[in-house]
Amino acid sequence: MSEPQKPREEQGPGAPRVGVDEWVATHEQRRQRAGGVWARLGEAWHRLPPWAQLAVVVVPAAFFPFTTESDYLIRVGINALLFALLALGLNIVVGYAGLLDLGYVAFWGFGAYAYAMLSSAKFDLHLPTVVSLPIVIAASALLGLLLGLPSRRLLGDYLAIVTLFFAQIFITFTTNGNRLNLPWRDTPVDLTGGPNGIPGVDAFDLFGWEATTTTSYFYISLVTFALVLSGLHFLNRSRTGRAWRALREDPLAAEAMTIPVNRLKLLAFMFGAATAGLTGSIFAAVQIGVFPQNFELPLLITLYAMVILGGAGSLPGVVIGAVTITVLLEILRSPDDARLILYAVILLGLVGWLRPWRSLAAVVAGTVVFGFAVHALASAVWPRGVERTAIGGEGALGWAIEHWVLLPTQPGTLANVGFVALVAAILALTQMPRTWRLVALVPTLYLAAFVWENKLVFQPSVTRLLLLGALLVALMNLRPQGLLGTARVEIV
Amino acid sequence: MVEVPLAVNSDFLLLQLVNGLTLGSVYALIALGYSMVYGILKLLNFAHGDVYMMGAFMGYGVLVAFGGPAAPTIPIVLLLTLMFLAAMLGSGLLGVTIERFAYRRLRNAPRIAPLITALGVSFFLQSTALLLFGPRFRSYATFEFLSGGVQVAGIRVAYTRILVIVSAFLLMLALTFLVNRTKLGKAMRAVSYDREAAAMMGIDVDRVIVATFFIGSILAGAAGVMFGLVFFSVFHLMGFTAGLKGFTAAVVGGIGHIPGAMLGGLLIGLAEAFSAGYVSSTFQDLIVFSILVAVMLFRPTGLLGKADIRKV
Repeated sequence: MSEPQKPREEQGPGAPRVGVDEWVATHEQRRQRAGGVWARLGEAWHRLPPWAQLAVVVVPAAFFPFTTESDYLIRVGINALLFALLALGLNIVVGYAGLLDLGYVAFWGFGAYAYAMLSSAKFDLHLPTVVSLPIVIAASALLGLLLGLPSRRLLGDYLAIVTLFFAQIFITFTTNGNRLNLPWRDTPVDLTGGPNGIPGVDAFDLFGWEATTTTSYFYISLVTFALVLSGLHFLNRSRTGRAWRALREDPLAAEAMTIPVNRLKLLAFMFGAATAGLTGSIFAAVQIGVFPQNFELPLLITLYAMVILGGAGSLPGVVIGAVTITVLLEILRSPDDARLILYAVILLGLVGWLRPWRSLAAVVAGTVVFGFAVHALASAVWPRGVERTAIGGEGALGWAIEHWVLLPTQPGTLANVGFVALVAAILALTQMPRTWRLVALVPTLYLAAFVWENKLVFQPSVTRLLLLGALLVALMNLRPQGLLGTARVEIV
Repeated sequence: MVEVPLAVNSDFLLLQLVNGLTLGSVYALIALGYSMVYGILKLLNFAHGDVYMMGAFMGYGVLVAFGGPAAPTIPIVLLLTLMFLAAMLGSGLLGVTIERFAYRRLRNAPRIAPLITALGVSFFLQSTALLLFGPRFRSYATFEFLSGGVQVAGIRVAYTRILVIVSAFLLMLALTFLVNRTKLGKAMRAVSYDREAAAMMGIDVDRVIVATFFIGSILAGAAGVMFGLVFFSVFHLMGFTAGLKGFTAAVVGGIGHIPGAMLGGLLIGLAEAFSAGYVSSTFQDLIVFSILVAVMLFRPTGLLGKADIRKV
């Protein structure tokens, strides 16, 4: 072997320390040794009893609708809650049981469609919510069971591909489900309304009380969220929860301990599907309709980013991840706010990562000077390169951008080249020795600003996916336990 | 289901056969990449389908650079060769880059970690393509030379299809030779059999893994150009479904098994062509999915795969 395998320690902080007993033994101590505000907050949080933890999250949220008049903000709140619910459901499958469910969005869609079929003018059923909701939840769980069955004997990878395929077929089916030709019927049957979906879904009807306002849906979502969260808390501590974790850590050992591995996997899968179905029903009622394009695959990566960012397996982590990402994605819609967030995140990242402060100051100052130098040079030799005004460029930041970043009149090809160069530069940065990395960071940062102002800002929806994809790769490589999860220790 | 052409028409049957073989060759080439990587790393590389998509776009880039499909500035044979070379080399490098930066650190991590990373890479590549090339379908319209065809038993088989089937066959032949007859192939087989033991025998595992990614991605890039030639257009989402079909083909044939991937690819291609021709083109995915589920239920090791004995 020309290049011997490196010792495990050098494989980065995220790599599992296989067989390093001392590391395992001192793991708890090192975790507690971490100081700072966050650690103290974390300790205070852990000292709270579970009901108080729930109250800390739910009570401030309950006052949220009183603080704002805007219907839009309350809708963002509902979105955040629904995403948190979805992420909690996905966390059962991914975080507890360690299964890769890529058809999760389809279960959500199934719940929404099922609710829309049972409680709307589509088939003139108009079942009250208290009847249709249990049906939807049971049906979603059953669907999860059916889908899990063929892959039950097999490894997790097969489950991933079966579920991913299922998600694809779900979209095909809902989009084309308005003209199904059944062998025993002469005329095509309209089941899902095709691309137009099912409009006019009934409002939630709980024992005669109809939810009509956005605020009432906020509270319905919040109550559901609190219920699901408490349910999961108990589930996590139950025999089943412990068995799931045992299974995730080491399926072989779990099996040897007579834990019924297959049954537990299916159970986790069903719980996830049921949660998704429940959330789907609320979603259908909030949106007063369901459409195939609500359940497309980009949502899947959003949900995975939420679960992984917060820390798979940790309930508060998943909730924080869901809320953070929902809010961030909402902010990314406006170019002005997105810019602010981008530069703030870059700066915060630099502050957190660059030590000592002298190199931080050098990099920041270097980038600023570098930018003005490039800009001055360009306005001398290539006036067309600085002519355009920045998108949403009001205020001091907009002014600074216009005098710092190159804004060519027709950025097309140059921006594409810049994008490819930026990806290459970031990859190269990870491989450089430290001193060179600091030097190379300056043009890379400038390049990032250039690509953002000339390319990404025009396509917010693509940028979203791009950033989420990059976030997943970076998180899994650098900090697989997410923000709040505990590092998994693999013991061989 | 819809207006079934009840009269069993032998020309129609033959046409679907040719369609199926063409599609099947493309799927087989994709399936090989999945299967090889899975055999060595036990990693389901979701990004493989997107490498194939990128390969198709690289071929398209060469096509545009030399005057576009309507008025190529260099001889067509040379242009085609260049397209294939650029796509294959480009995808190969892309595959190696992905392995180096996204998967290498996760070799010993819990199995779900590289899978989630692969998902991230796949979405990253998809949105990169969307960002760079836009959401439009890009036309790979036929060349003069390739628009002709030969008459075979009553139907006309286009030159493009012949080109695709023959070149896919040649690539698979080359791969079989490489795996069975060369030192690298021997090393690959050894690593896929037992990585640790292979490392102890002095095989540079990292190099073998890089070579596997490179070869698999080369095949995917070639498949991308072939798809463009046969179906005239490429777009940023083409990798997703093709990836699913390719993986299904690998599972049907027996994952980690190279002739299995080829057989599986052809079977899936034929199944899809016949279901599109005789049943419904909308639900052809559903039929492929049913095949996948059926294989998993009744023969989880695939058609040619051997039962895997798990070592503890």
